[in-house]
Amino acid sequence: MPVQYYIFLSIALFCIGVMGVLMRRNAIIIFMCIELMLNAVNLLMVAFSKMWADAGRVDASSAQLFVFFIMVVAAAEVAIGLAIITMVYRNTHSVDINILNRLKN
Amino acid sequence: MINLVWLVPFLPLLGFLVNGLGRRSLSKSLVGIVGSGVLLASFVISLLIFFEVKAPGFSAQVVQLFDFIHVGSLHIPFAFQVDQLSALFLLIITGVGSLIHIYSTSYMHEESSESFARYFAYLNLFVFSMLILVLGANYVMMFIGWEGVGLCSYLLIGFWFKNNDYTNAAKKAFVMNRIGDLGFLIAIFFMITQFGSVTFPEVFAKAASLGMNNSVITAIALLLFVGATGKSAQLPLYTWLPDAMAGPTPVSALIHAATMVTAGIYMIARSNILYTLAPHIQTVVAVIGLATALFAASIALKQNDIKKVLAYSTVSQLGYMFLALGVGAYGAAVFHVMTHAFFKALLFLGSGSVIHAMGGEQDIRKMGGLKKYMPTTNWTFLVGCLAIAGIPGLSGFFSKDEILASAFGHNPVFYVLGLAGALMTAFYMFRLYYITFAGKFRGTHEQEHHLHESPAAITIPLVILAVLSIIGGYVGLPEVFGKNLLAEYLAPVFAPSVPFAVPHHLSHSLEWILMGISSALVIVFILLARQKFANYEDTGKESTGLGKALENKWYVDEIYDAIIVKPLYELSRFFRDTIEKAGIDRLVNGIGRGVQWGGQQVRLIQSGQVGFYIFAMVIGMIVLFVIGFLL
Amino acid sequence: MGSIQQIIFMVLSVIALASALGVVLSKNPVTSVLCLIVTFFAIAGHYVMMNAQFLAVVHIIVYAGAIMVLFLYVLMLMNLNAELEPQKRNWLKYAGAISGGALLVVLVAALRDASMPAMSTANNDIGLVHNLGMVLFRQYVVPFEVSSILFLSAMIGAVVIGRKED
Repeated sequence: MPVQYYIFLSIALFCIGVMGVLMRRNAIIIFMCIELMLNAVNLLMVAFSKMWADAGRVDASSAQLFVFFIMVVAAAEVAIGLAIITMVYRNTHSVDINILNRLKN
Repeated sequence: MINLVWLVPFLPLLGFLVNGLGRRSLSKSLVGIVGSGVLLASFVISLLIFFEVKAPGFSAQVVQLFDFIHVGSLHIPFAFQVDQLSALFLLIITGVGSLIHIYSTSYMHEESSESFARYFAYLNLFVFSMLILVLGANYVMMFIGWEGVGLCSYLLIGFWFKNNDYTNAAKKAFVMNRIGDLGFLIAIFFMITQFGSVTFPEVFAKAASLGMNNSVITAIALLLFVGATGKSAQLPLYTWLPDAMAGPTPVSALIHAATMVTAGIYMIARSNILYTLAPHIQTVVAVIGLATALFAASIALKQNDIKKVLAYSTVSQLGYMFLALGVGAYGAAVFHVMTHAFFKALLFLGSGSVIHAMGGEQDIRKMGGLKKYMPTTNWTFLVGCLAIAGIPGLSGFFSKDEILASAFGHNPVFYVLGLAGALMTAFYMFRLYYITFAGKFRGTHEQEHHLHESPAAITIPLVILAVLSIIGGYVGLPEVFGKNLLAEYLAPVFAPSVPFAVPHHLSHSLEWILMGISSALVIVFILLARQKFANYEDTGKESTGLGKALENKWYVDEIYDAIIVKPLYELSRFFRDTIEKAGIDRLVNGIGRGVQWGGQQVRLIQSGQVGFYIFAMVIGMIVLFVIGFLL
Repeated sequence: MGSIQQIIFMVLSVIALASALGVVLSKNPVTSVLCLIVTFFAIAGHYVMMNAQFLAVVHIIVYAGAIMVLFLYVLMLMNLNAELEPQKRNWLKYAGAISGGALLVVLVAALRDASMPAMSTANNDIGLVHNLGMVLFRQYVVPFEVSSILFLSAMIGAVVIGRKED
């Protein structure tokens, strides 16, 4: 099975994430779309890991470890991000990201 | 003693530093003592050096202090050359300089103590620069001194800088000098490229090996002469010197009569071999000198400002010196420098004494009859006039006679014209003397009441200079009277030129005749002036025709103004208004305004809308991918 | 064998893409969250297909179990629903969709001709805990520790930010 399949799949997932970010104003949905994009990348990593392992590279499992690190970063990001969104909601009673342009003044 | 020669310029430098830095705290008397004392000390050292140099069998010595410039094969040491010529100039500068410093302590006494100290600091700096000029063992050192004296001249002409006319005169002097300096500088560059050296012996040796009429030497000689015309106020660059009289009178005496303006003569005398090897340039020097002598003398005939008459007289006398240089009589030129330093300093200091007594009045039409109020000033001034006119027995006679005799040997036409100039000199000097000192007083009553003889600090230098003006000529007696000590003394300096020079030897009878003619005519002209001006009355009549042209200095200033200054002003106005304002300003401001406008437009993109930012980011990514992968 | 794997791949891909579109398009945030969970499960299926068994398990635990629950929790805490959902203006939506699609087209076009080694259908054991542990604690000890510090600081940061000001 050619690795291109996985590449195209993850491109598609990534672009759906991008579209979500562009089309929605709800901060939480945007957040979820970012998670989607991260997962598209993770998927690609695992696909390449498998590809190189089949090609005989002994260090192929490094790619899978990077997936772990991405997960770590994503989890940390979600913790902080949701805390911020909660705070914004508490102050503005809205999760609309366009409200955040108040910061400009 | 020769090894201590550095002390001679160093002491005035010390005086400059002390007076300049302590100008706010030192008292006037202390400043005067420091200013004059350092110069007297320099004079004593110069005297000791002079006697050492005078001893038979002395050959030129170079005292090297340190390496000044050492680049590639070019080697310029900071060194002093002590020989007959520089030792003589040392004596003139420090001797006359000391007298003028002492005179200044009294003359400038009414200044505030700060500007009094400033004055002495400048004067000491000037002496330092002048000493560097004559002591330098190469052209670069000479140039350092040359620029230094130019600077001091500027500072002292504009000493009373609150007066706009005075600062303009200072600027004029500076700019005129700069034109000449450029010639000098290019000459130095020429020497460096052609000879690879600027030290005197090397340059002269290399020049001598090139032979007569070499184009390189001709070019260098001409460029050096351009420098000399600027500094020594020759046609066409002389107009700054009469205006330089804006400075204090002792400054006029020291800088603009006795020392600085003779720098050009010193330079050409020092480079005599170059000029002997370029006879065409020598002719140019002689013609320009003679033209200046006549031209300035004719202007002096009708001037009414006591200092202006003396200024034009100085220009005229400098013309004589250049005439002497041009006809190859280098010794006579240096001789005239010396005697001129005595009697012209005397005349200037005497005029300063008169101006002092008249409370700042400089117009001789408002003077008259000062004889009985100021006896010492009167007789010393008379001695000065007799000396400059060339009455037999006084110093001016011998030096001028030597110049005229050499001119006759070279070309009788030069002699006739030179004699005409000398007669004009006699006439205008005695016109000045009679209008100022004879007749009856024409000033206001108040001025008359105020008239008095000047204090001792002024009269003592006058008396000393008067004595020197009388006896100073006996060091250079013409051959018919005996030995010419000065010519003998200076012979080693001019020795390199001798093999190339064309000797002119006048018979003794011819010399007697020439002397007789010139003396007789001079006396006739003095009597003429006496008859015309002894009982001068200011009629207030406007002169017409030639007289008016002379009074207005042949309109040279106006001509220069019209053909050089005005077009330059117009050009700079064009540059200022059109190129600068419309071109450069608009370009620079336009760039600034464009950036500002662009910033204002781009600022609107920063809307604070996060969605838009992300959108822009994605568009950017697409563009990057297209560029990176698909193109 | 190959055909079965391809069939599984296709099925999982369709589920992942469809539910991903559901995340973006659904009006109700809670539906979005649930769609995202489905997507994650599909991706975990892909992991298993590629011999990354341990990773698949961790993925489900962390994403579906922790992160998504957190999202759901926050959503429900705020009591958001379709009516409160902020909507963009229509043309902005289309612009977003078009630029996202353009990105997709460009990326596919860019990577279409990339030549890469093929994946074999054979199993291998790089995804086993044993192997991953060897690599993690030999080669990547320092990043591992650093990431634990990152986690700690993120935790403290969340507490500090979420605290009520008093």
